Parts: sequence; structure tokens; C-alpha cells
Amino acid sequence: MLSVQHVSGGYSGEAVVKDVSFEVKKGELFGILGPNGSGKTTLLKMLSGILPIQQGEIYIGGNRLKSYSPKQLAQKVAVLSQHSTGAFSYTVKETVSLGRYAHQKGLFQTWSQADETVVQRVMKQIGVSSFQDKNIQELSGGEKQRVFLAQALAQEPEILLLDEPTNHLDLSYQKELLDLLKQWTTQNGLTVISIFHDLNLAGLYCDRLLLLEKGIIKINHIPNEVLREETIRAVYKTNIQKHPHPKVAAPQMVLLPEMNRTVPSIEINESMLHQSAEFICLKSPIPLRTMSSGVIGAGTGWQHTFVNRHVHKDYDCSNHRSEMAAFLLTNGFEPSETVGMMTAVILEDVVYDLYKADGFSVFAVVTAGVGNAVDASKSELHTLGMVPGTINTWIFVNGELSEEAFIQSIMTATEAKVKAVNELKVIDQVTGTMATGTSTDSILIAATQTGRELDYAGTITPLGKLISKAVYQCTIEAIQKSRKRKSS
Amino acid sequence: MPRPSILKFLNNKFAAYIITGIFLIISIILGISIGTVSVPVPIILKIIASKVFGIISLTDIEPMYTSIVLNIRLPRVILSGLVGASLAIAGAAFQGLLRNPLADPYTLGVSSGASVGAVITLFFKISIPIIGFFTLPLLSILFSLITIFCVLTFARKIERSMRVETIILTGIIFSSFLGALISLMIALTGDELRQIIGWLLGSVSMRGWDYIKIILPFFIVGSGILLFNAKELNAMSFGEERAHHLGVNVQKRKLIVLTAGSILTGAAVAVSGTIGFVGLVIPHLVRIVWGPDHKHLLPLSIVTGSGFLILADLISRMIISPTELPIGVITALIGAPVFAAILLQRKRMERSG
Repeated sequence: MLSVQHVSGGYSGEAVVKDVSFEVKKGELFGILGPNGSGKTTLLKMLSGILPIQQGEIYIGGNRLKSYSPKQLAQKVAVLSQHSTGAFSYTVKETVSLGRYAHQKGLFQTWSQADETVVQRVMKQIGVSSFQDKNIQELSGGEKQRVFLAQALAQEPEILLLDEPTNHLDLSYQKELLDLLKQWTTQNGLTVISIFHDLNLAGLYCDRLLLLEKGIIKINHIPNEVLREETIRAVYKTNIQKHPHPKVAAPQMVLLPEMNRTVPSIEINESMLHQSAEFICLKSPIPLRTMSSGVIGAGTGWQHTFVNRHVHKDYDCSNHRSEMAAFLLTNGFEPSETVGMMTAVILEDVVYDLYKADGFSVFAVVTAGVGNAVDASKSELHTLGMVPGTINTWIFVNGELSEEAFIQSIMTATEAKVKAVNELKVIDQVTGTMATGTSTDSILIAATQTGRELDYAGTITPLGKLISKAVYQCTIEAIQKSRKRKSS
Repeated sequence: MPRPSILKFLNNKFAAYIITGIFLIISIILGISIGTVSVPVPIILKIIASKVFGIISLTDIEPMYTSIVLNIRLPRVILSGLVGASLAIAGAAFQGLLRNPLADPYTLGVSSGASVGAVITLFFKISIPIIGFFTLPLLSILFSLITIFCVLTFARKIERSMRVETIILTGIIFSSFLGALISLMIALTGDELRQIIGWLLGSVSMRGWDYIKIILPFFIVGSGILLFNAKELNAMSFGEERAHHLGVNVQKRKLIVLTAGSILTGAAVAVSGTIGFVGLVIPHLVRIVWGPDHKHLLPLSIVTGSGFLILADLISRMIISPTELPIGVITALIGAPVFAAILLQRKRMERSG
């Protein structure tokens, strides 16, 4: 559809874009990225025929760009700029109708029925027909941008060029506009080439991305390849981190602010633990990076508050999530900042201890009940049924953990727990074999992310050693306490 | 606040032509009829009909009336109408092209060029043989053409793409320079002062049919070209890049529109002096009432502009008759308050509606 070959160009003799070559296929949503001054807009202006090309050649539909007359080019390529302003108050329909200019022939350029049909259809599709008689100067920024998009689409172009189309638009309009463009590329085969400032939007919507650096192509590939931490860091010269989109297979970039980490190194320990008959809670003065399987706040996140709540063993589990959220609210906890767990264990039997090592420490909190013990290797013999009896393990690490360390911590803690359960000869009541845990065990790893950097937490790493020890000792003690209460 | 039905009628494009057409016809008739000697309307119609169709004989009409109508008032009315129309359409086109509501036909300095030509003629008492009396308008047109050429060449020298900002700046440079030349001649002049000032303030009196012959071809060519570029003007009033993206050959069209507008302005100034306000206000007025679409804006400006200048001329010669006031003074004296009133009315309507 569009082929750019060794193109250089810029303003007043000085080449801003240097020897750029790429191709865009029909129906593609092609994003152009790059820091300020990298030549994005210059490139786009050359594609739209506004800036002369100094060297190289641009082909549109197989023909040289220069061979098109302005009218012919306008039938092939439409442009939507950042912000279009008119000095006079045309109506929406008049504005959109101008898009038909290139299609009108003859000296008098009469307005045909076909023109009217196209204009009406486009206005409907873009959703501006409801205010077609309104004055464009009375519209909001988002509405205006849509009117000009309708104008561009009324040209019935094969290629649509956009210069930061979402600039000045609020969140919902950004999404709306890009959804619309995506839809046009897939349904109508429109080719869209757009400059993006927002890497995340580009990563979400584009089929392919072109990253420019100082007028030269750094990389031209699929979003996942272009949006690499090293590449983006090098080109934009800033600190970012990549992480996956929670719902869509698209890469997302987050900025890492340069904050003075003068936070006094905090040690999470028993002084922050509060205990009552109804719940145990730990309140941290700073948000902790967490990975957990709680009822509330599961997954990864940043949390302040950690609650282990006692419920009766006949607790109705059907709607536990919203019930738990309500419980937290009535007790003055903010559910979005809290990891919440439940247990039928009497909370007095909680076991916690602080384990210290060189430059970091681990504070473990365990409640254990084994009435529901299960041998994981034979779990298929169990029917699904929630029976109380749970081991809830909290591990607070006073140190900085990597992503790997979080996951390894969970593995290490689990292994230590299994060992503890074995040691105490907990039996799976259904199979009669040695149990490995209970069916509703929960775990929390929470790190202050200050202090010593801990990259790994395998069983023989410094952190792994400490976690194994903490979990093993606390679990044993907790199970013993629980057994004692039962037998007494 | 008018009722919605009236508003709708006003907004209707067809109605727009009828309303402005009636306004023009009434202005023409009033312009011919009223004067130191008042000519009854039926007689005017008869005289015109006999001249146009040649059926009715003029024998039963007093020769004085025929003479007043055909030799004095009709040419005067037609001339002021043509001048008003030229200035109004040129103003509308310049405002659209330059995307500047403050632009008027004089922005590019064309009028200053024409004035220099006229003032030189008066100052040096030039009279070219054969054309004699027409030395002034012809020199004036010549100077205005030279000025357009210089302005455009200069603007192109500064920047090949000739952005509108560059053109406006160039126009200002030339206007001030030529204006200074005029001031210089005024300062040095003695007896011709009154004549020069009178010309500069503008007048359509005592010009006769010959002046109409001078302006008419320029008017037809100039406004014809502009009318054919109405769509391009629409596109260009959204900005040059936007127009380019829509498929307009911006460079070519811009030159065409600038040249056509300048020809109109130069011719109008050459025959009547610098009459202000028409070219600025009439396009605004039409735009406010009937919208900015140049397809209608340009023709409606022609009709409204000519009617307006005919009325202004009528008032300028009637208000302290038999002394005639400079027509430029009248256009501003009537135009400014009327324009202010319309702006105010419109704001009120927006607020209430």
C-alpha cells in the first residue's frame, strides 16, 4: 500500500529524517514512535505531500507520490492533524462535506447524490450526525476531533495519516477514537499510519510500530519487540519498566519516577500486629509490594493493611468476596489497600516471629488448622467442598525483592509448610495418607522494597533459608497449638 | 427575539438572495430618485425600461428627468454599486484566505499602491495625452498592479511557500511604505491639498459612464475568478495544510485568489478613492447572518456590498445637501454602529438560544 524507500528530508536543506525505509500493508494500523525532535512529524508531512522529499522515493499504491496531483492524492490519502482550527463558524455538515472536494469534478463541482450519501454515512458512523447543524466552534475538543475525522473519512481514503490523534482528548475519547480506527482497519481495510506519544496506547492498538531516533529508524517491528525496556530506555533516555497488560496481550510501559528514597528503612515486626478475637491485622506505615492468594487483594499489588479474619466454620462461602469487602469497610479498612484472608482457626493460636539475617529480615505470621488436611498427590479422591481448617501464611520481607524472588518465596514457603505438616504426621482423613496441607491454604509475600536487594529466594539462597526456617518453625508451632486446643 | 419561523426564513439560502436582491433594488431606486431634483419612481422605471428594451418612447417624459437619470444619477449609482460589490467580495475572499477576520481588501497594500498612483497624478499634475482625464484612474490601476506584483514577489522571496502570515506582514510593510510616500506628497503640496484629500477620502461623484467602463471588466474578471474558487476558499479557511490534505492545490489557488482580489481592489480604488469599511464589514455581516460558506458568502457579499455603498453615497450627498460629504466617512459612520448592533444582537441570541 505504502512504501518508503531511503527517504531523507526536512526543513530548509537540513535533513531531519535520514534514509528511512519501511512498508505498510493494507489494513494495517501502523504506529510511529519517537522522542520529541526525532522526525515523526517531518516524516508524516512528507508522506502527506506537504514537505518535499530531498532524497529517496515514496510509493503509494505502486505509484510515486510526486506523480499524484493534489486532488488525486487527496482521494488516496487523508490526514487528521493534532488540532484543526477554523477561523469561521462552519456547521458540522459543511465541514464534513469539504472532505468530498477531491471527488468533485468539472468546472462547477456540483454536489452529487453520491457525495451526500457518503457524507451522511460517515457522519453516522463517526457519530456526529446528531449535531450536524451545530457550529463547529461550539463543540468540545473531542467532538471537534471527531468532526475532522469524519471529514477525513469522507475523502474515502485508502490511507489515513494521523498526528497524535489523541492529544487533547480525555481518556474516554482516546479509547473511542482508537477503537473506531481499529474497527475501520479491520472492517473497511483502511490503512492507518499514526504518530503516538503514548507508548501504551500504541502498544495496545497498533499492528506494527516504527521507532525513530534522531531521524533514523531504530526498530520497525511488532509492538512486543519494539517496546522493550532497553530500547525504550535508550531512545527516550528515561527510566521505564515494561509489564504485561492485565487483559490484552499487549506490552505496557510504566514510568519510574526519580523519587528520593529517603524513606527510613522500616522493619515490619510484631509491633505493627494487632490481634482481636475477630481478626488479626498488620498495618504497615508504607505500602508493601505484595503477591498473595487472599480473598481480597489477591495477585500482585501494593498494600498497606493485612487482615486475617476469623469466621465460624459454618461460614457460607457463596458470596465471600463482597461479604469480606463489606466486613473490611465496617471495620475501617480500605479494601483496595488491603489483603484479606479468612480462617476458622481461633486467632489466639497465631504464631509469629521475626527472623533476622545480614541486612534483611523476615517476619512470619501463621495460623493453622488441619481439620481439612489433604494429600495433594491424592487430591482427586476429594469431593469439592469447603471445610474449614486452613493454614494462612504471611511472610513479610524487610528487603527489596525481584519478581523471581516473589515467586520463589512462595515455592520455598510451600515446601517448608509441607515439611512441617509431614513432621507432625497430619493425616488426610479421606485417603488415610500423609497430608501436605489443607485445601484452602492462603499465602502472602509482602516486601518493603527497601534495604538489601534480594534477587532470589530458592531454598538455599539467604532469603530462602530464612523463609524456610520461619515458615517451618511457625507452622509446626501453630499446628501444635491448634491440636492442643482441640484435645483439651 | 424573532420567532423561530422568521429565523428559519432568514437562514434559508434562497431567502437570502431574495432579501439582499430586494435590498439592492430598493437602494438603486432610492439612489436614482432622491436628490436636489426628486425623480418620481414610475418615471425612473419608464426611462430605464425604454433604454433597456427600447419599446417605450421617451417623448412624453421631461428631458430634464431623462438627463438627470441617464447622465448623472444612474452612472453614479451603478459606479458606487460596482465599487461596493468589488470591495465586499474582495474583502470576503481575503478574510477567508488569510483566515483573519481583520483582513480587508486594503490589507495587502494594493490600495496604497493605487493611491500613490492617483496622488502622483494630482501632485505632479500629470496628464497623459490622448487619455487625458483618465490619466488618474489608469495610473492608479497601473500602480496597484505593480504593488500586487511587488508584494507577492517579495513574500515569495521571504518564504517559498508564502504562508499567510508572511503575506500579511509583507502587505503591512508595503502599506506603511507607500502610505509614507503619500504623506510626504501631502506635506509638500500646496494648492492640490484639497483635491488629494478629497480623492483619498473617496467619492463616486461626477464620474460618468466612462469610469464604469474602466471598472466593469476588472469587476467581471475578478469576481468571476473568486466565485469559481469558492470551494477552495472554504477549504483554505481551515488552514493551508488542511486544504492541501483535502486536495486543494494551495499554492496555485492562493495566487489566483490574491491576484483576483487585488485586481478588484485596485480597480475600485482607482475609480473612487479609498473607501473604507465596506470590504471589512459587509463580509462579516453576511457571514453572521448566512454563515461562512463561500459559495453563498461571495455572491451575497457582492449584492449586499453594492446596495450598501449606493445607500451610503445617497446619504453622503443628501445629509447636508448641496455639499457632498466624503463617502468613506459615511460608510464608517453608518457601518460601525450597524455592525456593532448586529454583533450585540447575535450575542444575545446565542445566550438566549
